[in-house]
Amino acid sequence: MSAPGLLDSVVAVVARDLRIALRRRADVMTSLIFFVIVVSLFPLGVGADPVLLRTLGPGVVWVAALLACMLALARLFANDYADGTLEQMVLAPQPLALLVLAKTAAHWLTTGLPLVIVAPLLGVQFDLDADALLILLASLLLGTPTLSLIGGIGAALTLGLRGGGALLALLVLPLYIPVLIFGAGAVEASAAALGAGAHLSLLAALLLGSLVFAPWATALALRIAIE
Amino acid sequence: MLEVSKLECARGERLLFRDLNFVLEAGTLLEVRGANGSGKTSLLRMLCGFLQPAAGEISWRGKTVNAGNEEYRSELAYLGHHNALKDELTPLENLRYALRLSGIGATDTRLQEALEWAGLRERRHQSCATLSQGQRRRVSLARIKLSPSRRFWILDEPFTALDVAAVERTRDLVAAHLAGGGMAALTTHQEVPIPAPATQRVELSA
Repeated sequence: MSAPGLLDSVVAVVARDLRIALRRRADVMTSLIFFVIVVSLFPLGVGADPVLLRTLGPGVVWVAALLACMLALARLFANDYADGTLEQMVLAPQPLALLVLAKTAAHWLTTGLPLVIVAPLLGVQFDLDADALLILLASLLLGTPTLSLIGGIGAALTLGLRGGGALLALLVLPLYIPVLIFGAGAVEASAAALGAGAHLSLLAALLLGSLVFAPWATALALRIAIE
Repeated sequence: MLEVSKLECARGERLLFRDLNFVLEAGTLLEVRGANGSGKTSLLRMLCGFLQPAAGEISWRGKTVNAGNEEYRSELAYLGHHNALKDELTPLENLRYALRLSGIGATDTRLQEALEWAGLRERRHQSCATLSQGQRRRVSLARIKLSPSRRFWILDEPFTALDVAAVERTRDLVAAHLAGGGMAALTTHQEVPIPAPATQRVELSA
């Protein structure tokens, strides 16, 4: 298969998934609204102490982002699996890992990116200053694609299983821990005037690592799932 | 071209078939017959490379059929139990996507023609969720019709849910593909004789 054909298939997958997301807006909105509500519950629950909120803020936003991403993961391959389009994807002459990467990219654009965009707004509730908000934005921008990529492996492994949702959380959440530590840590480090550079570099490294490794592992898991 | 030797299929603890041998050459139709649960779909899925044989080998042009055999996949068109259509998309969008995915170039005129063939010209801009089972099947068959460049068609129950006229058109489609030197493997419970230069029958008994 020639390179233009390869690129065309990747673009076709991304375009199709974005179009479907556009026609099923309720699905996309669910995880976003979940994120907004969970984050907003904390200031209501713990009271309006600015010092406490500033300390809690980054961690709360990051934990809520993890959970919101988890919520959307089950959808990543489940519909394609049920209607047979996943089989056609496996049969395509293009490398499956590349098509998986395309699907994950579309998934992130519809679930991860909206979280990144509203996060600074929610951060204001925690009295985070402009610098901290910027770092929060950067850490989510680097971290959430990793969540989608790693989550893809879990989604593929639990495909077609009954009660797969709970299993998916058990599989994937432990793998999310490094992203959570460095993501929330970046904002805290910058608040402590230590500079967020090291944390953000590590997040970028995690992203690069999972870009290489995750689609390949997901593709393997998908082949097993459709057997 | 397609060689199957000593093929064995087991699902769970159950042995579905063993020692299956056949060779398909250009223009050959493979008819797989058998009762429900006798392993017809498993055999077709094995030919697709989805299922690993418990024993034996499938090879295409002398190369083993497996996940790494992209050359084989680029000569394959598969119609499964599921129609592989997205409910959210229109028939036209579904077809366009499927062809781009598998790297088959098709102009919009050809897509329109295929939809016309499927009797869905008026519905081409409606979402597939509004179509009946038979109409969905026809969209899926239109995808196969647009893949004449794919040498080997694997069709699992292509006539399911189709009306009489559509069954005839599908039969003619497969016959034309075979006459043009293509190959096809299909399962069906309906007695639909398909004229072919050569026909191979496989009877599976559970």
